[in-house]
Amino acid sequence: MHVGVAAEKIFTVFSWPVSNTVLTAWIAIILLSVLAFMATRNMKRVPSGLQNFFEWVIESLFGIAEEFMGDRKKTIIFFPLLATLFIFIIATNWLGLLPGFGSIGWHEGEEFVPLLRSTNADMNTTLMLAVVSVVSIQIGGIMALGFFKYWNKFITFKNPMAFFIGLIELVSEAAKLISFSFRLFGAVFAGEVLLTVIASLAPYLLPLPFYGLEIFIGGIQALVFMLLTTVFIKLATTEAGH
Amino acid sequence: MPELKFLAVAIAIGSAAIGSGIGLGMIVSKSVEASSRNPEAHGKIFTMMMIGGILAESLAIYAMVLSFMMLAK
Repeated sequence: MHVGVAAEKIFTVFSWPVSNTVLTAWIAIILLSVLAFMATRNMKRVPSGLQNFFEWVIESLFGIAEEFMGDRKKTIIFFPLLATLFIFIIATNWLGLLPGFGSIGWHEGEEFVPLLRSTNADMNTTLMLAVVSVVSIQIGGIMALGFFKYWNKFITFKNPMAFFIGLIELVSEAAKLISFSFRLFGAVFAGEVLLTVIASLAPYLLPLPFYGLEIFIGGIQALVFMLLTTVFIKLATTEAGH
Repeated sequence: MPELKFLAVAIAIGSAAIGSGIGLGMIVSKSVEASSRNPEAHGKIFTMMMIGGILAESLAIYAMVLSFMMLAK
C-alpha cells in the first residue's frame, strides 16, 4: 500500500493532463457554487435554513478577520479573498475524508491510481494558493502605500544597514511562498498517509480518533492560512514606523 | 549504500521533531499560565496558542515532507 507524493493523472483534456486532485477540486467548486446559489435565492430579511447557516459562517469569519486585521475598512476590502481561502481549503480538506476518496480506482501496471484524492495533497494546489496569497499581499501593500513607497521597504539605498534589511525582507517574502504551500501540503498529505496506514493495520474502530484528528487538522489549516494572509496584509498595508 | 537513505530520513525527521516538540511545549505551557492568571481572556489566549502551535509545527512538517520525498527517490 503506497500513497504517492505526486498526484496521479487520470485523463487528458485537449492534451492537458488532469489529475485526481483536480477532479476533487472541481467537485468541491461545483458543490460550493450550488450551495451558494441555493442559499442566496429568495433571500429574506430574517434568514432561515441555508441562508441562516451561511450568514453565521460569514459573520464569524468577518469577526475573526477584523480582529486580526485591526481596521474595519481594510477587512471589508480584503474579505472576499480571505473568506474564499478559508471556505475553499476547509471544503476540499473535509471532502477528501469521505469514503471513496483514495480507495476507488484502477491499477496501471504496478501502481494503484485512485479516482479521487484530497486536493491539498498535491503540491500544485497548495503552491497555487500560496501564490494567490503572496501576490494579494503585494497588491494590498501597493494599493495602500503606493508603488515606490512600498518597494522602498525592500530596495532602499538610504544606508547600508537598511539595504541589507531590505534584502532579508525580500527573501522573507519568498519564504512565505514556501512556508504557505509546504505547511498545507504536509498537513493534508501526512493525514492521508496516516489514515491509509491505520486502515491497513486495524480497519475496525481504530481509525475513528484519527478521522477526528484529520477533521480538526483540516479546519485548523484553513483557519491558519486565512489568518496568516490577514496578518501579512495588515503588516504590508501599515506605514513603516507604526 | 541504499540503507543510508533510511538513516538520513530518520535523522531528518527526528531532529525536526525534537525542536518542534520543545517549542510546542513552551508555547502551551506559557499560554496555560497566562490563562490561569487572567481567566477572562481565555478565548483570545486559546486562539493565539492554536496559531502559535501551528506555526511551530510547520517546521516539523517541512522536514516530514522532505523526508517523504527522500524516501520516494
